[in-house]
Amino acid sequence: MRILGNFDIAEEVVQDSLVTALERWPDQGIPDNPGAWLMTTARRRAIDLLRRDRRYAEKVLILERSSVVGDPVEADDRLRLIFTCCHPALPQEAQVALTLRAVAGFTTQEIAAAFLVSEPAMAQRIVRAKRKIVAANIPYRVPEGAELPARLEAVLAVLYLMFNEGYLSRGTGAGMRRDLADDALWLTRLLDRLLPSQAEVLGLLALMKLHLARSAARFDAAGEMVLLPEQDRSRWDQEAIAEGLRTLDTAALMRRPGPYQLQAAIAAVHAEAPSWETTDWEQVVTLYDALLRSANSPVVRLNRAVALSHVRGAQVALGEVNDLALALGDYHLFHATRAELLDELGEAALATEARRRALELCQNPAERALLLRKLGH
Amino acid sequence: MKYVLLFGGTMEGADQLEGAAKEQTMADYEKSGQWFEKYSKSGKIVGGHELQGPSTATTVSRRNGKVTVTDGPFIESKEVIGGYAEIEVADLDEALAMAKEWPGTVEIRPVVDHSQDQERARS
Repeated sequence: MRILGNFDIAEEVVQDSLVTALERWPDQGIPDNPGAWLMTTARRRAIDLLRRDRRYAEKVLILERSSVVGDPVEADDRLRLIFTCCHPALPQEAQVALTLRAVAGFTTQEIAAAFLVSEPAMAQRIVRAKRKIVAANIPYRVPEGAELPARLEAVLAVLYLMFNEGYLSRGTGAGMRRDLADDALWLTRLLDRLLPSQAEVLGLLALMKLHLARSAARFDAAGEMVLLPEQDRSRWDQEAIAEGLRTLDTAALMRRPGPYQLQAAIAAVHAEAPSWETTDWEQVVTLYDALLRSANSPVVRLNRAVALSHVRGAQVALGEVNDLALALGDYHLFHATRAELLDELGEAALATEARRRALELCQNPAERALLLRKLGH
Repeated sequence: MKYVLLFGGTMEGADQLEGAAKEQTMADYEKSGQWFEKYSKSGKIVGGHELQGPSTATTVSRRNGKVTVTDGPFIESKEVIGGYAEIEVADLDEALAMAKEWPGTVEIRPVVDHSQDQERARS
């Protein structure tokens, strides 16, 4: 520590050497003097780090000090920061963590709690990502021209992931978890302000607003999750729905459709339906078809199958769902959807089996509670 | 900032290919030649080579102080490194833009800069 004089770097360097040691010693055997070996390795690493010290210090400072308040002078910096945090050269889980940390002002502890991982594990994830930003020289800039659409897609994916994580666990009484859904909405609003007139940013914003408008009905008095078919629609926030629809209209006027606008349009069909039964399912299926044309994902096909069951019956829908077994065999909602369709077809034993499999694969506490309830526990 | 681009795949076995597969391979090979020419002219490529196939590789390894020489590449995988280019560009995005024009898989690695080691050691 003495020779380095910079605790953070020293700490990192020592951790690095230990990691190297743990990786190498099983292969190469423990050196004659492990203490000296560690110091030599640590010093070599320190030289590496200090050489980049200025660049490192600058970048870390930028990542650390970014404030949450809306100072227009900082706006450009924040937009650059968002794009740097969501760079596709970083693992997506690290992109989410970095964005929460650097742009939304979360502490490492809060991010760890939000994703139900230990604080040291989350700290490690963040440190690794920051290190890659510096070592690989990931630029601190807003991509332009032909580069922008793909990079913006990565940013929107991070924001949507963040939103879903919070939205799913809303109301589960997980006191330690900060509400990621609100933060994701805030970040998307911020992005829309910093990078105006992007139809897909507005599409995602509309999608989030329409989901949040229904959130009061998503949990009953006992705190149990209530799915869309059983929700008390009088508890939906009509004003928020109207705002979501306006946002979607603004996006649609730009005539640049995309997957988030389509998903928002599906949410809008639900928001405008007086009941589950009277939902315009034909319209929902049509929108899912359009969505599949822009992104052929098995998860989208799964959701489309649910809508299809209302148009062409559970048997047809189950056939479509079964076709996805290979792609979605490890996804809890694949099994949960099968269970619902099997129930509808009167196959109670098979439904229970599918629901058990869903429970095995499901991590989210609110969804687990729902599955357990349906299993009769 | 210097990076090394490691290219996946070699021309080894290409002469045994037939039909569409052969045409595709030859077209990609030509594209990679054009890529090298373009970026060498613009000064982005500061070094690099196409490598002969993995059947020509020899690996020297060290285990518990014992040195062994074996036939074949040291990375055991289906992918083989077929060549590399050393490039000098502003940042990772510029390296990515170049890599995206390559007709195949590319791994981008920033190089360790040892140019200031001695200076640092003195101060």
